[in-house]
Amino acid sequence: MQTRTDSEIISRVLNGEHQLYAELVNRHQNFIFTIALKYAPVREDAEEIAQDVFIKAFKALATFRGDSKFTTWLYSITHSTSLSFLRKKKLDLRSLDNEQVFEAADNPSPASGPDAIEYKSRAEMVARAIQLLSPDDATIITLFYKGEQSLEEIGAILGIEPNTAKVKLHRARQRLREKMEKHFMQDVKDLNY
Amino acid sequence: MNENIHIEETLWNYIDGSLGEEETTVVEKLLQSDATWKSKYEDLLEVHTLMLGNIGLEQPSMRFTRNVMEEISRQYITPATSSYINKYVIRGIGLFFLISIVGLLVYGFGQVNWAEAGSATAIDRLDWSRIYNSSYANIIIIANILLGLMLLDMVLTRKKRKIAANP
Repeated sequence: MQTRTDSEIISRVLNGEHQLYAELVNRHQNFIFTIALKYAPVREDAEEIAQDVFIKAFKALATFRGDSKFTTWLYSITHSTSLSFLRKKKLDLRSLDNEQVFEAADNPSPASGPDAIEYKSRAEMVARAIQLLSPDDATIITLFYKGEQSLEEIGAILGIEPNTAKVKLHRARQRLREKMEKHFMQDVKDLNY
Repeated sequence: MNENIHIEETLWNYIDGSLGEEETTVVEKLLQSDATWKSKYEDLLEVHTLMLGNIGLEQPSMRFTRNVMEEISRQYITPATSSYINKYVIRGIGLFFLISIVGLLVYGFGQVNWAEAGSATAIDRLDWSRIYNSSYANIIIIANILLGLMLLDMVLTRKKRKIAANP
């Protein structure tokens, strides 16, 4: 069966075939939900954000001009919706860039430390390492590596200059590396053999 | 320390393929001749490769799509104004009103008896009581009160909605 492109689905939805929007939701829900989880670690909250993103996108679908990729547009809605959600929940937004908040994650209790957890695969280890990052760092890494977004597109999503996105990505990768070295060095070695 | 940061930034750019041709050649030479660069590059490449193939995605609940579609079925698409408003139609309407106003003014001025227009007697002859009488004034006052109440209602409803949205 031939897969429809995002643009084809959008134009048909705009022509009245609203039920086709489910195809777009199915296609992108995992990524949107994963990004939402970076901001709201409780699954129910992340699901609420993701649902809100798709509803907002549907309402504003006619304003999507196709200048950028549909995913870039959708991820920028996800970013703003997640921030609004945090604001509504009265969480301190400054904490998104505040390393101190994540220091606790840097020093996990022995029960949750690497010795206590047996990582089944690299993917699990990477997921765990990303969890130790701030939401900003985790989001930028996920957008770059999994969302197939360029630095220009990441800049558009986060509302920053591409050069700033580049610096932020470098720093995020650096911090991820530090975390992996600190907590998962043995696991990386084990996985390499 | 700064040197270390510079090496890493350059190597990340090299890995991402965002270096220019000249810089790429320089880095490639350094990777062959400098052990520090080589070892750092291998470290970074390992992280990069790990990221490329191993970032997993989380899945929302099974009902997610259905929930979204149910919610959407209660909504409707707001079309972009540009998609249904034709600029020529808007300009045409504007032009019609402009021509009407100008035509009316020209006709009005054409009817004026300029010889008599400057004299105060013309205004004195006006019977103002026929234009403004008590029932006319009352209608205006009542209409204004009604409009005022409607405006107050709109302001209060908007405030109430804002409070409900951000308790």
